[in-house]
Amino acid sequence: MKQKAKKGTLKKVLRYIRRYRFLVGLSVLLAGVSVAATLYIPILTGDAVDKIIAPGQVDFAGIGSILVYIGIVVGISALAQWVMSVINNRVTYRVVRDIRNEAFHKLQKLPLRYLDSHPAGEIVSRVIADVDQFADGLLMGFTQLFTGVITILGTIGFMVSVNAAITLVVLVVTPISLVVAAFIAKSTYHMFRAQSQVRGEQTGFVEEMVGGQKVVQAFGQERKSMARFEEINERLRKCSLKAIFFSSITNPSTRFVNSLVYTGVGIAGALSVVAGRLTVGQLTCFLSYANQYTKPFNEISGVVTELQNALACAARVFELIEEEPQVPDSPEAFQLEAASGAVRVEGVNFAYRPGQKLIENFNLDVKPGQRVALVGPTGCGKTTVINLLMRFYDVDLGKISVDGRDIREITRKSLRRNYGMVLQDTWLKQGTVRENIAYGRPDAALEEVVEAAKAAHAHSFVKRLPQGYDTKIGEELGGLSQGQKQLLCIARVMLSLPPMLILDEATSSIDTRTEVRIQKAFAKMMKGRTSFIVAHRLSTIRDADVILVMRDGHIIEQGSHEELLAKNGFYAELYNSQFSTV
Amino acid sequence: MKKLLGYLTEYRKECVLGPLFKLLEASFELLVPLVMAGVIDTGIANRDQGYIIRMCLVLVALGVIGLACSLTAQFFAAKASVGFAAKLRAALFNRIQSLSFSDMDAQGTSTLITRMTSDINQVQNGMNLTLRLFLRSPFVVFGAMVMAFTIDWKAALIFVVVIPLLSVVVFGVMLWTMPRYKQVQAWLDRVLGATRENLTGVRVVRAFGREESEAAAFQEENNGLTHFQEFVGKVSALMNPVTYILINLGAVALIWVGALRVDGGMITQGAVVALLNYMSQILVELVKLANLIINITKALACANRVAAVIEFQPGMVSPAGGEAGVDAGVAFDHVELTYGGAGAPSLSELSFSARPGETIGIIGGTGSGKSSLVNLIPRFYDATAGRVLVGGRDVREWPLEQLRNLVGVVPQRAALFTGTIRENLLWGKETAGDQELWQALETAQAKEFVEQKPKGLDEPVEQGGRNFSGGQRQRLTIARALVRRPKILILDDSASALDFATDARLRQAIHQLDYRPTVFIVSQRTSSLRHADQIIVLDDGQAVGIGTHEQLLESCEVYREIHESQFRKEGRQ
Repeated sequence: MKQKAKKGTLKKVLRYIRRYRFLVGLSVLLAGVSVAATLYIPILTGDAVDKIIAPGQVDFAGIGSILVYIGIVVGISALAQWVMSVINNRVTYRVVRDIRNEAFHKLQKLPLRYLDSHPAGEIVSRVIADVDQFADGLLMGFTQLFTGVITILGTIGFMVSVNAAITLVVLVVTPISLVVAAFIAKSTYHMFRAQSQVRGEQTGFVEEMVGGQKVVQAFGQERKSMARFEEINERLRKCSLKAIFFSSITNPSTRFVNSLVYTGVGIAGALSVVAGRLTVGQLTCFLSYANQYTKPFNEISGVVTELQNALACAARVFELIEEEPQVPDSPEAFQLEAASGAVRVEGVNFAYRPGQKLIENFNLDVKPGQRVALVGPTGCGKTTVINLLMRFYDVDLGKISVDGRDIREITRKSLRRNYGMVLQDTWLKQGTVRENIAYGRPDAALEEVVEAAKAAHAHSFVKRLPQGYDTKIGEELGGLSQGQKQLLCIARVMLSLPPMLILDEATSSIDTRTEVRIQKAFAKMMKGRTSFIVAHRLSTIRDADVILVMRDGHIIEQGSHEELLAKNGFYAELYNSQFSTV
Repeated sequence: MKKLLGYLTEYRKECVLGPLFKLLEASFELLVPLVMAGVIDTGIANRDQGYIIRMCLVLVALGVIGLACSLTAQFFAAKASVGFAAKLRAALFNRIQSLSFSDMDAQGTSTLITRMTSDINQVQNGMNLTLRLFLRSPFVVFGAMVMAFTIDWKAALIFVVVIPLLSVVVFGVMLWTMPRYKQVQAWLDRVLGATRENLTGVRVVRAFGREESEAAAFQEENNGLTHFQEFVGKVSALMNPVTYILINLGAVALIWVGALRVDGGMITQGAVVALLNYMSQILVELVKLANLIINITKALACANRVAAVIEFQPGMVSPAGGEAGVDAGVAFDHVELTYGGAGAPSLSELSFSARPGETIGIIGGTGSGKSSLVNLIPRFYDATAGRVLVGGRDVREWPLEQLRNLVGVVPQRAALFTGTIRENLLWGKETAGDQELWQALETAQAKEFVEQKPKGLDEPVEQGGRNFSGGQRQRLTIARALVRRPKILILDDSASALDFATDARLRQAIHQLDYRPTVFIVSQRTSSLRHADQIIVLDDGQAVGIGTHEQLLESCEVYREIHESQFRKEGRQ
């Protein structure tokens, strides 16, 4: 089963390499040239040595021409080696590049359902760290596997040409080396897996503790978490010791088998010399070839371990690449231009996990320009509604339509372009302020960007940044307060101002005085636009045409402010509590 | 760096035995050609089949002994390096835990985590390789050279020329590539950053329909990385061919000189062959050595990064001894706080005092210093000027652990930890019984949803508490702080995710706590603070008003503005 999976991975890797098959072929050819030259040089050296017999018996002219010949062969071999390395580098890095690009493209197409349920760090590590490991293994495989195999074949050829019988001895003994290497590689694979599992556990723990360090210290939990760490650390130590020791057995073991080969050639060869079937010179030649021949086996066994690891890593990336993408837009999908903003929800059922019903038989009719307020305790599932409207998730049953069209018949892109979204979670790209505001319309002129920033009350602080609109910002650069980031997110929507809006009235992170201005900006934006607002403010709620009251993921009440108050249900309780005294 | 080696002392034995067995193995390997020479010179010359077989058995024996030595060496090396790495990790983790908040801010958590994981792995590999090979390679190079000199010192002078030349090439290429490999790494980090950014912003990317351009930007960055990798690879691929040429030129020179020496009757033909063998042995070992040095340099760079943290002197010292105070009054006396690296102070000239049992509200815009203020009370940061007094005593005179035991903190970011609800709550007080836990949950308005969980208190909590909603997480962190029945309770904007009804009930319940803690509530909503005994209004690090809700409405313009923005009269808009 596992073996099969590994084979599958290998096949996929080969598919990526196929694109570079010409280069790979050239690389194999060059490996052949360089190996042949390398194997030929000892013979030339031997010939030269044979011309140095004793004082007065030295053929200087002959030696001279052989030495020139050696020089040429060495030059060819060196050039072939270099070009081969360059090609191997190129193929490896390009295969890796192709895989990364494909993985990233895949990320753009994966359903939110997948991305929401996998931690970003894990996906990132697949695209970056795993692919990197894979590159290392692949490169090593290319450079050493080819030359190794060709060296073995070449040496066998040279040996057969000298003496077939003794060659047979060599050929019989060497498979042991392969068996040993394969056996060790197989058993260490599991140990490495165990090691990376414990290592993952430890990294997770460290991330959590270091990330939450302030809380750890506030509650004086340092000793306890240290004890927990020590426990995992000790397990990791044991696992690593096993994995590292057993994998490092490979080299000595195959070397031992090699020395058996060497001995075998020694016995057979020496006895043949005694019997007169071989010369001393040929025996010496054989011994040196026996060494040449077995060395690649050491390397190959190392490569095999490395490739094991590389394949395991590749398998993780392929898992990502092969993940089921979101249902693609159908070719005849409708291109929604400027929607009027009529949104209808009919009999919608939705659940994140099958069996855990969240939204059942949800009906809503929003006329163009109406405001819908989503109200309820945090975590009650207001984002679920946004997920469905924006088609981040598809409904399980029923349908949502915009301007009378089922949103599943509209291209995702055009549907989403008709919504302007400001979420509480402020995400900005690494880049300049201008690029961020113009995110929805990269071709916008600077004046338009400034105009949008002014409308979002962001202009005054942007102006004061060191490079104004060209100041670099981003997740890691910091420098902006949460409130300022939020303003930029608003400016981003202001620039394109689509016919429908999804707004999250984030009250917790914005400066209260700025908030007044944002409210005004929001009001300006909403005029004449269908808006869905995650509402925290009473005025917004009261002004809404429809209020959706949510709790624990379900929509429990729906109606206008007056209707809901009259109902005297959960909404009434929520509303009245605002003025309750402590 | 030297200090790191201290963590190796427990493995001193392994560190000596590992390389020693490796040298033994190398020596046995060097004997093999001698035995084979014996087979040729004695066995074949005398046609002594018995001798040949005996000698071959000796070879097998040498192989077995070599294997045994090698395995022993590998084991000791693995044991020492893995043990060393484990000790380093523990030391590092311990040090990280003792870092103060300002130290953590300066270091940044993500680099600390890389140091903990990949850096230490590199150190472990480097240590393992060093123990296995670092003695062996120079031993062989040096030994081969010595052997060459014993054969014929004049011919051996070629070695003296070739070895430095080889070293220049090997180390020259290394010196050129190493900084560039660092650049490759930095580039890879950028590609990583792009991936992470795309994932965290996936909703925005898709909302604006920017998938293709995101992918195009990624592709460009990724292609750039590939080109640079190929360029660096081209140069570093020069190393093997060039050394190969050098060593063969050396061999050519040896043959020529050898020919002259043989012609002059100074050495024999066999000696020339021996010299050539030593030359090729040196090549093999030099290349191994170069690879080894690359790995060791990498490991050293990582070791230095690790050492920098371990040797870091924490900026905050906790005085020993002293008995705990009982009075939980808090006073700020002309306090100023400037964060390391920041130009302007985050708090300045702040003075107020809170009597035990009072509720203090803190309000103000983003970045006005609200969190900074409360962070000074459990001494997460030290005031850069002035004094913070708890129970009448400067916090810097309190033993840190005692001080923090007194305080229950609910941070802005609701962080829970992997485990169960119970385990998380027990952080507040390890000995707390179920009844105490439920009581805290009830006060924190969390009882209801915890009861609804299938496993109740034993409901598992995933990393960061991601299987709970934001509001549930906040309430659980409040309960965690309440479990210890703190004398001082700090709620740092920790009800932001709660709806107004729950928020109100929460405040009510805290107000009715029988042990009457001094409560600090940081909030953006005036409605959450209106019943506080004192409200501190912060603006840009300064207290622009201190008083009750009514007083501030009268006297403080900033407060009035905040209040009115939140309670606009109906129909005004």
